[in-house]
Amino acid sequence: MLAATIKSRPIYEGLRLDGRAKRHLVAAEGEGALAVLDMLAGEDAALARATLLYAPGGSAGQEHGAKLAALRPDGFHPLPTQPTLLNRLEVILQTATMGTRIYVAGTEGFIGKVVALAQAHGVDPQSVRTEHRGSLARRVQCVHCKGMTENVTASPFVCSHCGLNLFVRDHYSRRLGAFQGVCVDAEVPGEIPPAEELFR
Amino acid sequence: MSGGIEIPVRVVEIEQATATVKRFRFAPVSGEPLPPFSSGAHVVVLMPAADRTIRNAYSLIDRAEDGSSYRIGVLRTPQSRGGSAFMHEQVTVGTELKITMPVNLFPLVHAGRKHLLIAGGIGITPIFAMAEELRRTDASYEIHYAMRNTSSGAFVDELRARHGDKLKLYRDDFQETLAVDAILPNQPLGAHLYVCGPAGMIEAILEGGREAGWPEENLHSERFQAPPTGEPFSVRLAKAGIACEVRGDQSLLEALEQAGVDAPFLCRGGACGQCEAAVIEADGELVHNDHYLTEADRASGAKIMLCVSRLKGRELVLDL
Ligand code: FES
Repeated sequence: MLAATIKSRPIYEGLRLDGRAKRHLVAAEGEGALAVLDMLAGEDAALARATLLYAPGGSAGQEHGAKLAALRPDGFHPLPTQPTLLNRLEVILQTATMGTRIYVAGTEGFIGKVVALAQAHGVDPQSVRTEHRGSLARRVQCVHCKGMTENVTASPFVCSHCGLNLFVRDHYSRRLGAFQGVCVDAEVPGEIPPAEELFR
Repeated sequence: MSGGIEIPVRVVEIEQATATVKRFRFAPVSGEPLPPFSSGAHVVVLMPAADRTIRNAYSLIDRAEDGSSYRIGVLRTPQSRGGSAFMHEQVTVGTELKITMPVNLFPLVHAGRKHLLIAGGIGITPIFAMAEELRRTDASYEIHYAMRNTSSGAFVDELRARHGDKLKLYRDDFQETLAVDAILPNQPLGAHLYVCGPAGMIEAILEGGREAGWPEENLHSERFQAPPTGEPFSVRLAKAGIACEVRGDQSLLEALEQAGVDAPFLCRGGACGQCEAAVIEADGELVHNDHYLTEADRASGAKIMLCVSRLKGRELVLDL
């Protein structure tokens, strides 16, 4: 029972190199590394102006990081986790100049966090090039207790903070980088439709 | 309909700002305060000429704090189709005119971390208002203003007094050129560029921005294009059952208005999309002069912007 597609649902158009950018700032997580490899392999001119940040996430052990390093970009920052990657990105954004094109590839939750961070630095979300790779798991905010639950793959699910049964809406907040979860049995408590795996 | 609500105003002050630009101050006839607007907004002025009503869009320079007046600036263009000549020759202090509600198609992006305002000639009018808003909100900005010579005096003096060295002037008579590649490097991420001026200048600046790797989302422009003239043709409105002729010196929109049709518009310059009409039949070739329709729209031959585009041929049938 996925709600009909709502306009706020982001569209990921896929990574595409901006030939006119003076600087390429690329953030990837997990399987997103493969999208970066597709975009940058053999693009020596672009690689000489590229900074890559990578957190292996669920793809650790698959050597994606080594393949990215082998591209020999101008700057390569392998980072252990998403939060450390976001911290490093924040520092880079603080001194970045116009002419920098931002790219992000990975799970939806990761894309959302990078786009929100760029937006906080005055970057229009439309100008960030995005590609969804890996799990479809969603980051969901409970509209009742405001708690965030990561890696939600089914709807309805139980809020990890307040324990309500939440239906995952397609309504997406760019600022939070999260979907909305709304109580599914508010009217008749306990009347819960069977959970469906939707976001593998 | 058409341009929406009209506000009767009286001209209370006229100032020769430069050799070719007059500034007009409008006060509301009713005495009710004029509505506030965000900087970059324009109004359409309705001018009662002898044989027709002329409608031209002009950017608003400012609004008196209490709403008692608006100011606009009007360039006397040599190839005037009547509007600027009317404002310069027929309008005196005390003349009553009508204006539409302000509409903003050139707004500041407040999320921007820095704002580069670029003006050429009369393009300074919206930029003047935007600079004032940025100054008041303590934002980071620069003004780059290209002009023939300092007989453009009035604007320069006021800008200098308000913005100090944030204002950079480029004077043709000193062979100073506004080179976009000198302005764009090293601007902070999240900067936005806004340009208003002659068409050629706008194109050059926007292209310079793209060349410097700026995303389209950060490049903003406004052009007030007079409707291009062409050959006369006929137009028929299938639903309304009205047919009329469009003269060579008249736009399709103007011809329809003259025939008593209340067609919608906002910018009258091919930018906003408000006047879009569906084409049922075109006996001839559509000449698209707007900046709104996509290539696919144009290729389909099914849409036309009434304010600036026309037919090169015999008859156009519209779904109106
Ligand atoms: S009135 Fe704006 S495009 Fe025609």
